Amino acid sequence: MNILVLSNSLHTYLVIGALLFGIGCYGLVQRQTFIGMLISAELILSGASLNFMAFNRFLAPDPTVGQVFTLFIMAIAAAEAAIALSIIIAVYRNYKSIDTEDVMDLKG
Amino acid sequence: MISLFSVEGLSGLLFLAFIGVTLAGALIATSARSLIRSVAGLALCFLGVAGLYYYLNSPFVALMQILIYVGAICVTIIFAVMLAESSELKQVTSRNGLVGPLAFLTSGILVFGLAALALKTEWIPAPCLVNRGTVEDLGQSLLTTYSMSFELISVVLLVAVVGSLVLARTGRDK
Repeated sequence: MNILVLSNSLHTYLVIGALLFGIGCYGLVQRQTFIGMLISAELILSGASLNFMAFNRFLAPDPTVGQVFTLFIMAIAAAEAAIALSIIIAVYRNYKSIDTEDVMDLKG
Repeated sequence: MISLFSVEGLSGLLFLAFIGVTLAGALIATSARSLIRSVAGLALCFLGVAGLYYYLNSPFVALMQILIYVGAICVTIIFAVMLAESSELKQVTSRNGLVGPLAFLTSGILVFGLAALALKTEWIPAPCLVNRGTVEDLGQSLLTTYSMSFELISVVLLVAVVGSLVLARTGRDK
């Protein structure tokens, strides 16, 4: 039953973090609306903080560093979500759409 | 060899369930057609990640993950979805058809490279621990070692919230 002791190895968490990051990158390119891209960016951030927490648990001499860093990432993500959503609402008010294709004249 | 019905076996099963919830939520979040379903997948993924944090000896961060991500960010995104009525269902795709496969290929290469890097590297554990990483230690280091960063992040959050209010407020009479 080797599969049942996966929770005690650093590699498991690193691979899950890499998978979250990859899925987030795929969604960032693939999604057509700004809100979908924001959701994918949140996935990338959570993959990064999972990596920090894994290194914190297994390798760091001070086990509070990674937790502090993850809390900071959460605060940054909250700020980012607030800003992005207010920009989305402003774009929707001007263009009546949040599709990335419809807002092409924002391209410089 | 661990029996399936011992304490370790059951906790291992629960860990596998958390991994499954995380990955399934992430896949739903990126591939669902409607945005509301996608936000629900995101919430599922964050719940799974909170479970993984619990297995990493940090129940406080797991609680904060549920409180901030599921309770605040997902609700805010749903609020924006409701406000900016969007139908991703119509799919007026005028873009190149190669974008999807290329994105899949690139992210696959990224995942493969990162996973190979993580599995091949010889990670060296710390020789000693200076504390045990409990909630008490976390609070102490947050208010002594990292107090400057703590204050700065509070200011950043305040400015971001005020700025987003200003952005959403201007031009409301249009």
